[in-house]
Amino acid sequence: MYAQLRKWVADFWSGIRSVSGDDAYERYLKHHALEHAGTVPLSRRAYYDEDQQRKWSGINRCC
Amino acid sequence: MKKLLGVVLAVIGAFAVGGIALHRNEPINAMWLVVAGVCIYVIGYRFYASWIQARVLSADATRATPAERLNDGRDFVPTHKWVVFGHHFAAIAGPGPLVGPTLAAQFGYLPGTIWILFGSVLGGCVQDMVVLFMSTRRDGRSLGQMARDELGPFGGFAALIGTLTIIIILIAVLALVVVNAMKGSPWATFSVFATIPIAVLIGLYVRNVRPGRVMEASIIGMVLLLIGVAGGGWIDQSPTLRSMFDYTGPQLAGFVIVYGWLAAIIPVWLLLAPRGYLSTFLKLGVIALLAIAIVVIHPELKMPAITKFVDGTGPIFSGKVFPFVFITIACGAVSGFHALVSSGTTPKLIGRETDVALVGYGSMALESFVAIMAVIAATLLDPGVFFAINVGAGVAGADPATAVATISGWGFPVTVEQMQDLARNMGEHTLFARTGGAPSLAVGMASIFSSTFGKGLLAAWYHFALMFEAVFILTTIDAGTRVGRFMLQDFLGHFWKPMGRTSWYPSVLISSALIVGGWGYFLYVGVIDPNGGINILWPLFGIANQMLAAIALTVATGILIKSGKLKFAWVTGVPLAWLAIITTVAAWQKVTSDDPGLGFFAAAKDLATKLAAGALPAAKAAVAPKLIFNQQLDGWLTVGFTIIVWLVIIDMVRVAIRATRGLPTRANSEAPYQSNRLIPAAASGVNLRTASHEGTL
Repeated sequence: MYAQLRKWVADFWSGIRSVSGDDAYERYLKHHALEHAGTVPLSRRAYYDEDQQRKWSGINRCC
Repeated sequence: MKKLLGVVLAVIGAFAVGGIALHRNEPINAMWLVVAGVCIYVIGYRFYASWIQARVLSADATRATPAERLNDGRDFVPTHKWVVFGHHFAAIAGPGPLVGPTLAAQFGYLPGTIWILFGSVLGGCVQDMVVLFMSTRRDGRSLGQMARDELGPFGGFAALIGTLTIIIILIAVLALVVVNAMKGSPWATFSVFATIPIAVLIGLYVRNVRPGRVMEASIIGMVLLLIGVAGGGWIDQSPTLRSMFDYTGPQLAGFVIVYGWLAAIIPVWLLLAPRGYLSTFLKLGVIALLAIAIVVIHPELKMPAITKFVDGTGPIFSGKVFPFVFITIACGAVSGFHALVSSGTTPKLIGRETDVALVGYGSMALESFVAIMAVIAATLLDPGVFFAINVGAGVAGADPATAVATISGWGFPVTVEQMQDLARNMGEHTLFARTGGAPSLAVGMASIFSSTFGKGLLAAWYHFALMFEAVFILTTIDAGTRVGRFMLQDFLGHFWKPMGRTSWYPSVLISSALIVGGWGYFLYVGVIDPNGGINILWPLFGIANQMLAAIALTVATGILIKSGKLKFAWVTGVPLAWLAIITTVAAWQKVTSDDPGLGFFAAAKDLATKLAAGALPAAKAAVAPKLIFNQQLDGWLTVGFTIIVWLVIIDMVRVAIRATRGLPTRANSEAPYQSNRLIPAAASGVNLRTASHEGTL
């Protein structure tokens, strides 16, 4: 019961982090390690810059 | 079990809808609307959306989505369905579903509520879901690209023109809403202005101090925004400071125009990105609070179910309930703009095809519920007060005594004292003629919040609500101007190559100035219009947005028929037919009506005659030539929209006829089937029997 509750809270929190983009860099590192192993990943800040540039280039706000 | 749940919900829902419809001449509780809404959304989602997903679209859980096939860790990322739901909802939910229902409350609560509930479940949610699915099947291509690939170059061109115009009109009308909310109110002006340095501060923090720590930056930002609202109250007390934030409409319009241009040319991380985070947090927080508060205080609605203004004599905007309630409430029922988001970022995140019902249909159902809350916030006010706030001085009368006499004469009693008390409680100088919907929504929200979360804080809640609306209106202005700029650069690049380079600074400056100039013009004319401007601009926006929805549904219907699903074409065809009818009737009336309150050309003619006869007061005569030109321009724009939509529909019918006769049409642009690797379908709990591998769409 307690373990189940803890799992729910943890899932909820990780969901919130995903939706807000708080864990974007961690996800990027994971992807990088998987697909581009051996090359140097972007720094936190360089990734953030690139991520924002990309995010705000399409239609992602509406009426 | 599922069927039993359905039957129970259907009975409760039918009872609630019946209750709403049959309660006449006595106040009705807001809970009726909430219960009816929840039942209808759940039934729509559980039954209609699953049926569309399984039978009409043949969504296949074993088919790899572009997020999986093209996974680049950036644009294309398979994402959990609830996280995509969150992203998609944050993107589609803007100020539209708050403003439209507030304005449409002039007809009473019933017409708007019925349209919001049924328009979304049968139209808006279906559009969002089907377009999302079709784009997911086509590597996340945009609506314009799908129109070009499936119908031909004309469809693509129409979608481009439709998108660009609607962006310009949308930004203008939203900017007008925010200007009207700040006009003559130092408290509101300060708390809205304060959001700009706060966003910049957060932008620097989340990039330079703690890169990418979005949650903590947003929480700090939220606290600063609340301090900003409190600070506005403090400024309002001091006569010297207060005068520094006391501006007229044209001055504020000037600020917003300069701001919009600057926001479009500075780096996104400095202003747009942090503002986006703050507005998303505020939006989700306020929507949740509002829902809780409405259930806790379950207020009685004071507005009648139907007012006499259904006959077309409405003071907030002209036109009969048919077709204008369907035009005024666009977002919240059907919004064409959503089709752009559904064929933008979202399809690149969908991890499994069978997630589209939740993400597409579910998000729109939730947005529709936000619109229902806006109906409640508008109609719990005394109708007299509601009209006193929302009717422009040009209609009700410029001084308070005349205004209350006019409004009471309509059968909605209100007194000067009542309005003065209300303004004092809300910390405002006056609340007469605060058109645009935002102030009356803020009064409604403040009443709801203060009776749930702390009495005596009315003024603070009022300005919090205004700041909340302003924050995401400004986000839409910034983001919209940027998107418009990219589209324009792309377009101009066809004529002169360097203009198409999105990072070439002269091109950035010029194209941003052109977009800002476009919406700035409509904003300026709206501000100088003695009738408040909203009564002209909002219907134009509604017509444009519904016509974009018609274009999206046309593309969807064409694809269904081309894929051999003629027998299911009614799923998108019926909402398309309805939108085509209401927009065409509305456009026809706006263009041909002899009533100067309704027809664009009639208004221009009326004003020109009065100007020539010298029958206008000096102040109005000075702006009359601009108003005349604007009315004519709006008229021609409406004609243009209508022609484009009908040409797209005719083009689709041509393609559909060829397809059903077995004649060659453009090839299906769907990406070929590839089996899903990442997420084993067997473990996902999806019933594979409902999905077929062969089905293409």
